[in-house]
This record gives sequence, C-alpha cells and structure tokens, in this order.
Amino acid sequence: MLAWTIYTSFLGAAVLTLLPAKNIRAARSVALITALVGLALAISGTLAAKSAGLHTITRLKWIPALGIEYHLAADGISLVLVVLTSIAAIAGILFSWNVEHRTKEFFALYLLLIGAVYGVFLSFDLFLLFVFYELAIIPKYFLIAIWGSTRKEYGAMKLALYSFVGSAMVLIGLVAAYALAGAKTMDLSALARFPFPQSFQMWAFPLVFVGFAILAGLWPFHTWAPTGHVAAPTAASMLLAGVVMKLGAYGCLRVAMTLFPHGMEPWGFNILGFGSWRDVFSLLAVIGIVYGAMVALVQKDFKFVIGYSSVSHMGFVLLGLMTLNATGLSGAVLQMFSHGIIAGLLFAVVGRMVYDRTHTRQLDDLEQMSLNRALPFAAITFTVASVAAMGMPGFSGFVAELQVVAGAWHAFPTFAVLSGVGILVGVAYALRALQKAFYSEPAATTTGAGVSPAPFSTTTHSFTAEKVRTDPKGVGTPHAFPKLEPISVPERIGAVLLIGASLVIGLYPRVLLDLIIPSLNTPLFHWLGKGAGS
Amino acid sequence: MSVIVHYLWLIPVLPLLAAGLSALAKQRQRVFAASLAIGSMALSLLLSCWAFGLTLSQSGAGHLYRQVVNFRWFQIGDTWVKLGWMLDPLAAVMLVMVSLVGLLIFIYSVGYMRDDENFTRFFCFLSLFGAAMLGLVISNSLLLLFICWELVGLTSYLLIGFWYHKPAAAAAAKKAFMTTRIGDLAFLLGMVWLYSATGTLLFYDSGKGCLETDALINLVTQSTSLGIAASTGISLLIFCGAIGKSGQVPLHVWLPDAMEGPTPVSALIHAATMVAAGVFLIARVYPLMAPLPGGPLGSGAALKVVTWVGAITAFFAATIAVAQSDIKRILAYSTVSQLGYMMLGLGVGGVAVGMFHLITHAFFKSLLFLGAGSVIHGCHEEQDIRCLGGLRKYMPITFATYAVGTLALCGFPLLFSGFWSKDDILHSARVWNGSHWPFYLGVAGALLTAFYMTRQVYYVFFGSCRLALGQTTASEQRTVEHAGLPARRHPHDELPPGPRESGRVMAVPLILLASFSILLGFLGTPAWPWFQGFLTGSRPVLAFGSLLEPAILGTMALSTLMVFLGIALGYWFYGRRALAGAQAPDPLEHVQADIFVLLRRKYYVDEAYNWAVVGLNAWCAKASDWLDQHIWSGLVQALVFVVTGLSWLNRFVDEVLFNRGFDGGCGGLTQGGSLMSKLQGGRVQRYLRLAGIGVVLLVLLLVWGCRAS
Repeated sequence: MLAWTIYTSFLGAAVLTLLPAKNIRAARSVALITALVGLALAISGTLAAKSAGLHTITRLKWIPALGIEYHLAADGISLVLVVLTSIAAIAGILFSWNVEHRTKEFFALYLLLIGAVYGVFLSFDLFLLFVFYELAIIPKYFLIAIWGSTRKEYGAMKLALYSFVGSAMVLIGLVAAYALAGAKTMDLSALARFPFPQSFQMWAFPLVFVGFAILAGLWPFHTWAPTGHVAAPTAASMLLAGVVMKLGAYGCLRVAMTLFPHGMEPWGFNILGFGSWRDVFSLLAVIGIVYGAMVALVQKDFKFVIGYSSVSHMGFVLLGLMTLNATGLSGAVLQMFSHGIIAGLLFAVVGRMVYDRTHTRQLDDLEQMSLNRALPFAAITFTVASVAAMGMPGFSGFVAELQVVAGAWHAFPTFAVLSGVGILVGVAYALRALQKAFYSEPAATTTGAGVSPAPFSTTTHSFTAEKVRTDPKGVGTPHAFPKLEPISVPERIGAVLLIGASLVIGLYPRVLLDLIIPSLNTPLFHWLGKGAGS
Repeated sequence: MSVIVHYLWLIPVLPLLAAGLSALAKQRQRVFAASLAIGSMALSLLLSCWAFGLTLSQSGAGHLYRQVVNFRWFQIGDTWVKLGWMLDPLAAVMLVMVSLVGLLIFIYSVGYMRDDENFTRFFCFLSLFGAAMLGLVISNSLLLLFICWELVGLTSYLLIGFWYHKPAAAAAAKKAFMTTRIGDLAFLLGMVWLYSATGTLLFYDSGKGCLETDALINLVTQSTSLGIAASTGISLLIFCGAIGKSGQVPLHVWLPDAMEGPTPVSALIHAATMVAAGVFLIARVYPLMAPLPGGPLGSGAALKVVTWVGAITAFFAATIAVAQSDIKRILAYSTVSQLGYMMLGLGVGGVAVGMFHLITHAFFKSLLFLGAGSVIHGCHEEQDIRCLGGLRKYMPITFATYAVGTLALCGFPLLFSGFWSKDDILHSARVWNGSHWPFYLGVAGALLTAFYMTRQVYYVFFGSCRLALGQTTASEQRTVEHAGLPARRHPHDELPPGPRESGRVMAVPLILLASFSILLGFLGTPAWPWFQGFLTGSRPVLAFGSLLEPAILGTMALSTLMVFLGIALGYWFYGRRALAGAQAPDPLEHVQADIFVLLRRKYYVDEAYNWAVVGLNAWCAKASDWLDQHIWSGLVQALVFVVTGLSWLNRFVDEVLFNRGFDGGCGGLTQGGSLMSKLQGGRVQRYLRLAGIGVVLLVLLLVWGCRAS
C-alpha cells in the first residue's frame, strides 16, 4: 500500500500534464487530491505496519545482470518521514493556491518531487534510492528557476550544483562498496551485513556522509540552503526545508552510517583533540547550530532568517545522529519531523502570507506596516510558529531537541552545552523577527526619536526625521498601513494543519516514537550503543 | 487515595481550558472572556482549598503527607519518561496562594484594563499564565515542572509586551525572555545531567524518584571531574534557572524593566507568583540541595551558594531601590530584594523559613502593586513619584491599603505579616554557622527597605499634589534619566480631571489583600509556628514562652530597631518639610550626589551587560554572516573560477586541436541533427504531454508487471 504513495504522486503529475493549461482550478484540485490520497495511504500504511520493524513492500528484479532490484521496504524511520512528506505536500499545495503562472506545470513538477521523495524514503535498494534521489533534484531546479524570486537562477543553480557534487561523492562511495563486496547486490540489508575492511570504511564513510549531509545543510556546506530557500517559491521552500533537507539526513543515517559503521570509530591518533570522524562531524553539527542561529540574528531579509534557522535546526539532526545512542538517534528522527513541520509553517507565513501581499521581505520595511493589525491571522500563526521553533514545550521541537541534547550529554557533554547556546540564540532571532515583522508600530507613533536604544535590544529604534514626516498620522489610524488582501481559507487550513501536527507530536510524542524506537532494535542498527540513554 | 488527588490535574487544566476558549473568542466578547477567566480561577481556588483541607487533615506529627500520581509520557531508548503530579503541604500551600492571589488580581484587572481594546486577549493570556503556574506547583516531575516553567516564561513575555506599541515594552519583553532563558539553559542542562545520572526525573516514585534516598545517596557519592559531588553540580545548574526566574544577582536586570507591562501583570507575575517560582523550585528540590538527611543545615555547598546569592541580592537591590523614582520600579527592586531574602531563608533556615516569606510577600507585594496600579490609574498613567503627591486626600482607600502593605513590607513589629516572616529569616541567618555576613547584609537590607518605602509613601501620598495636568508630564521630560525608558502616551486627549479613587472592582481586592497581609503573619510566629510545622510535618505547639527566648527576642529587637530607624530616616529626609516641586532634586542628592547617581543608574549593570553580552553576541553574529557571505561563498566562487578556467582551457584544446579535423566529418551529422530538431519545437507543454504519456505507459507496464510476478 505504501508503494502507492510514489505511484499516485507520479500518476497525479502525469494527469496534470494532460490537462489543458487554462484550467487552473482543475490543476489545483488534481494536485490536492493526489496529496490527500498520499496522506491517506501514508497513514493507513503506517497503521498497518504498526508491528514495526523492517518489512518489505515490493521486491522485483530490475537489472538482474548487476543484481539491482526494485526493492521497496519500510521501517519506523521511513514511515515517520513518509508521513511528514505527505503532510508537507498537502500544506505546500494549500499555500500555493494562488499560483497563476503556468499552474499545471508547477503542480506537475511539485508532485514529481513529492513522488521522488517518497521513493527515497521507501527504497531499500541502494541503486533505486540513488535514482529517486537524483530524480528529486531536477524538479527542484525548475521550481526555483521558473517560479522563484530573488536571484532565482543563481539560487537554483547553486542548489543543483551542490546537490550534484554531493551525489557524485555518494555515487563513488556506493560503487566502491558494490565492487568491494562483490556480491552482485545493491540490497541495503545485504550490504550492511558485509564486513567492509576498516581501512575502506575510514574513507568511504566520510565521503558518503558528507555527500548526503550537504543536502542536510552540514556546515560549511550549507550555503546553498539559505539562498535556495530564499529564491524558491513558497511551496518549494516549504518542501526544500521541510522534506528535501531530510533526504540528506536520511541518507546519512540510512546509507553512510548503516553501511560503514566502523568508519566512525577512532582513527587511532588525535589531531587537535579530534580522534574520529564522529568527533569531526559532531563538531560541524554544533557549529552549524550556533552559527546558523547567529547568522539568522543579523539578517535583514525575513526569509533569510528562516533559511538560516533551518541550518541551525538541521544541526540538531546531525548532532543527534552522531551521538550513536538510541536517545540521540530517536531525537534526530523526531527533529527531522518537527523541523519539517515548523520550517514549513515559517516559510508559509513569510512567503505566502507576508511576501505575496506586501511584496517585500525586508524586515525594516515590514516594521513600518504594523502587520499585526493588517494580517492578524498571519501574526498569530507566526507567533505560534516561532514559539514552536524556539523549542517551547508543548510543540514537537521541544521533545526532539530535548532528546538530542540528552543523547549528546552522554556522548559529548561539551557539545550538549554548546548546542544549548544555539537554542538561546534561537530565541533571540525568533523574537527579533517576530517583533520587527509583526509587532511594531510605524515610526511616527513613538515620541522617542531621541531616546537611546533600550538595553538588550539588538535592534536600534533610531528613526530618521524623514520617516516621521511621511507618516504623521500616528497610532491606530487606518491609513497607517496599506490595505492587504485578507488571509484566505486554504492558508488558514494549511496553518492549522501544520500547527496541529506539531502540537500533537509535542504533547503525545508516542505517535512517532512508537514507530522509531522498535526500528532502532533491528539488525540494521547493530552498531548502535546499547544501554545508552537509559 | 482521595478523589481530589486523582483530579488534581483539573486545577491547572480549568484555566487552560478558559485560555483556549477565550483565544477563540472575538475581540468584543469581553464579558465572556473575563467571566471565563475569573470563573475558572474561582473553581481552581475551590479545588485548591479542598486539596489544602485534605492535606491539613492528613498531616500529623512526624510524617509528611504526600500523594503522587505518575503516568508515562514517552519512551527514550529502553526507558519511559514519566510525568506526574503530587499533593503535599508545599504544593497545597502554593496552590491556595496562587489561585487566591490570581483570582483577586483577575477581578482587579477587570477594572484596570477596562479601556483596553485587547481586553479579551489579556484575559486569555492571564488564564494561560494561571494554568502554567498551577501546573508548575503540582508537578511531580522536574520535566513537567520545566515545561510549565517555560510556559510561565512565555506568558510573562506575552504580557510584558502586551502594549507592544511601546518600544520600551517590546524591548523589556524580549529582555525578560532572553535573560531568564540564560538561566533556563543551565536548568535544562542540570535536568539532562540529573536524568543521565539517575534515569528518572520524577521527584517521588515510591522509592525510585530522584529526590528519594537511593538516588540521593547515588548522587552524593558520584564525583565529577570538577571535584564536586554530582548532586552539587546538578543543584547549582538548577539554581541558575532560579536565579534567572527569581531575578537574583546577576540576572536581576530584567525584572525592573518588566514593569512596562500592565500593572496587574506586574502584581501577579512579577511580584507574587512567577518570580517566586524560583524560590519554590529550590524548596521543591531541597533534598538535592542539602543532601544529608538529618545533617546540619546549610552543609551543602549548593546551599551556601544559595545563601550568598540571596543575601547579596537582598542588600544590593535594596540600595538601588532607594534612588529610583518610578513607583513601579521601586517596587520591582524591592521584589528583587525580597526574593533575595527568600533565597537567604532557604539557604540558612530550610524550606519552611523561605516559603513563609514567599507566602506573606505574595500577599503584601501584590497589594502594593495593585495599590500602585490604582494610583497610576487614578492619576492618568503618571508613574513618577516626584510628580505625584498628596494623594492621601484623594484616594483614601488606596492610601490605607498601601500603608498596610508598606508596613508589612518594612516588617513593622508584631502586627504585620512581613515582620514575622522576615524575622524568621534573620533569626536563622544569625545562628547560621557559615558566616555572619549574610545576617549583616539582611539587617542592612531591612533598614534600607524601611527607608525606601517611607520615602515612596511620603512622595506619593503626602505633601501637595504635584500632578501636572493637561501638559507634558515631567516624567516625559526626564525619560533619558530612566536609561532608555521612553515617554508614555496620554490615553485621553482631553484635559484630565484631578486624581480620583478607583472603583469598587479595584478597591475590594485591595482590602482583601490588606487583611491577608496582616493576618497571615500569625500563622508562623515563634510562639505558634503552625506554618513551619505544616510544611515539615510536625505538630506545632502554642508556647508564648518561646517569644521571650533571648536569641529570638534579640533578633526581634534588632529588626524592630532597624525598621524604626529606617522610617525615622525616611521622615527626616522626606517628611519634615513638603517637597519643593516635581523638578526639585532628591533630598538625598544633596547629601551625597555621586552615590545617588550611581544608585539611580543601578550601578550601571544594564549598560555593562549591553556592552558586553549584547555587543559580543552581535559581533559574533556579524562575523558569522560575513564569513558566510565572503569566505564560504568566496571559496565556492574560487572553485567555480578554477573549474571554469579549466573548462576554457579544455575548450581551447578542443577547438584548436581536435575540431579542425573533426569538422568535416561532422557536416553530415549536422544535417541529420537538423532533421531531428524538428521534434524539438521548444514547446514545454508538448514535452510534458509526451513525458506524461510515457510515464503513464511506464506505470501501466509496472502495474502489469507486478501482477504478473
């Protein structure tokens, strides 16, 4: 049943290409129905697989000469990500209800991307996984290059180049592993059982890990992420942050760490206190957490704030993976889900609710618009979303980050402390963006033109006399802000859907943890530290 | 187990429901929102009283009544993370205090916020706060406590920034949230440490909880690389959370700024309940702090830290309060100082001593804040005490209740609750075997407290009214002195009438709180230490003789002396002759101008933090951004240049060396290509259509293949 998530998405894309170009409404409906069917399939598949563990869905011979199979299977981790994909897909369509430019191509490419993502999460043959992984890059490029905004060609090309470089690294590693194993199989479980020599794993692991981690925003290979997110249209940035970055993290876990677990063992010597790839990557993850948050703190473009916050939050995923204990790993998977939902919501507010209406993303401009009055729903949604993003209890981010920090405390306490600093800066940038974009009044209302900046505020309230003159009306006058189109019904539904998902997981994380925890006990994770986290 | 223990969760959940419902309410459904909030809080109060009564009836000599209900939340690794709630005397006392003070302040808010357009939202936030605070009080799990702790922090942020159109309020909200978050980070790490050391975060779990003997012995004996016991390390980290929330030095800076919020918020959150949550937290994890059951008090290193931080805060904040001129800021520094006393009490005297002051303080300080709110409300949002004056005549009820609160805060002998609770702390500090300095600091703080409160009362209620009506108030002209506190807007454009007494809805809570401020003290006198007995599970005996014990009598005499001295000094400076006018310099400024300015500017702590912390942070962020824009992108660009250069080289080689000979052969191919290119019309729709058909065919093939196999 789960395999049909892939097929229906492709089918939907195919149907869309056959539709007449004029019929925008039909295109939207087809896309939405496809995504809804995807959600239904994902949830019913998840419920059916409640017994958890690894189970095969479809297994066919594909290229027998090379031992390549069409092998779809799922364990709890795949299921979590499939459900995430289906939710993000629906939300993305709801938030692109206003796409009028080449609507049908937009949704066709969108569904193609979704289908490929489902494919990656469900493939247990490495070749198949790689095919789907590459397939996902292409629609991404077009979505940004055609429907994007700020420097879209640059962003799209940067994203594509980074992805392909990563893919090339992955491919080298996979081909080498295939050749070395010599068993004429690309089956993940089979290869995972093969005892690759230590020396081979020592170079294959970092190669494949970095190859995938580029897409997960590993510092310092993260720069594609903010520019790509900013350039992309709303739905694409929602998917990019919500799902595509998860492809990278999933690859790290599913391929690099599963195939080459010994690559994470100590080198046998120390360089500057680093004794293994694990140390190196966890440091990079922590740097990503703090660095992303700090860069987000000084951005002038609203969407860049969110873009960099993604880098920071994905750092938690990578840190969780590197803890190599059950706590950290389940935290990482939970964080993938949580970030997928919350980042999607943040991008939806910035891209759809604000940018499509005000046509500016500069925080300094938004500050003059008192959006709280003009778009109260957007203000409330963003308040909730940023509260969720800063890891407030009750939302999914808290449970996820708590587990990652708890797992990291076992493995590397210093990094746990540093990641806490990242959480702290996270609060700062979220509050800054929130107050600047929504909760500030036009300059003229403040009589404090000469007042020194209030302590602790990173923003200075220095207003030029010119601005004061252009807006002499003062507070509460209806002329103070432009008339903006009210928030539409699909946007409201999308926002409620995403907030609801985050709340459900935050309050009752067992929904996902009951899927994740048993699959960590399968043979695929034999390298996981036992007993840790208890 | 009694019914109420099972249904204890209703106490926080009722206000939570009210918050949820009023969040859905329209802006104009004011009565609905207010009655929901007040109704749910009243129900919670009833349930709390029931729980309190049960605890009261069950607690006897020698044993402590404690009932817990735990449940599973989620699984990490092989273990379950559990949450739970509990009922014990500490929780019961806090429940009644929070819901009672909360209810009174909710009622008062109806009057205070009457003209606010966001009245509905205000009550939604207040209910949410009430829910989180009540949840914090009953939680039997450090994790649940932390969750509620964060939620009260969030609602505090929302309520401080309630008038977000004031830049000062927005900045204060952010500052409060950030500063407390610094403490919370340490708290979180302490919690993670505790979890990894004991495997549980439940306080009490029939022998397996982290505050029970097995876990404690384990923690005390574990030592860390820093050379301290694990219990000490964890306690100190948790105490950092309390430092942030309870405004202890050095994280006290947010609390005075938080006064930008509406006055009921200041009374409820920043005087009575949330800021006291830090003290409550220490009381709750006290077994961890003093990990030798039956051992000498104050033996743990963690408790020493608590004592010193408390004593220093108590004195330090009191000195700042002397030189402030905003009515709410004086009270805020006074709150910081009193919270310091509570910490001191916990450190030197144990749970009961600190908690007694917490409870009495909650009543008289919220009384003072509500009184200040009444003054502000009656005097057209004027907060500068230099511009008030003579209000005794205009606002008699406010004056009378404010006087009661003042005397309670000063610790006026015998009749007022503050006297008994403060005296308890000072007495314990005097017999503390660590050092005498906390005691001296406490006594000096008591003197200062009496002094600055007398100063404030003389400024506000005596003399002649200096309220400048219908023109820019003096406070607006002097904003710069307040270190960035911008001017306030006048809510009404018309010329305001003179000061007037507040309505009944605001006066009744004042009177009720005033009576509690007097009566509560008699529950914890040395003659009949009922409160202390209730918290520790022993039965109190009525013994007037213990009042006359030399040690107790000595402390009482000394603190009485200090109070009278403070009041006398206040009278000397501010009461002997009427103040000249709003612009006149403070009488203290004549005496020692330099010190006065130092105090008025709060020892320049804000400025130092601004310079150090914020500057550093901004610098790091800017550096990272620069790195991102120039170095990483630059590296990529450089790589692109290299690759492009190589490509140009290759192209050159291709064109010059290979192509010449190849061109001829290619001529034929070109013709073939141009034929093929007819297919490639450049129409994307056509491509997609073809591709679509192809995909459909492939899928059909696949489905067919599936069936076949």
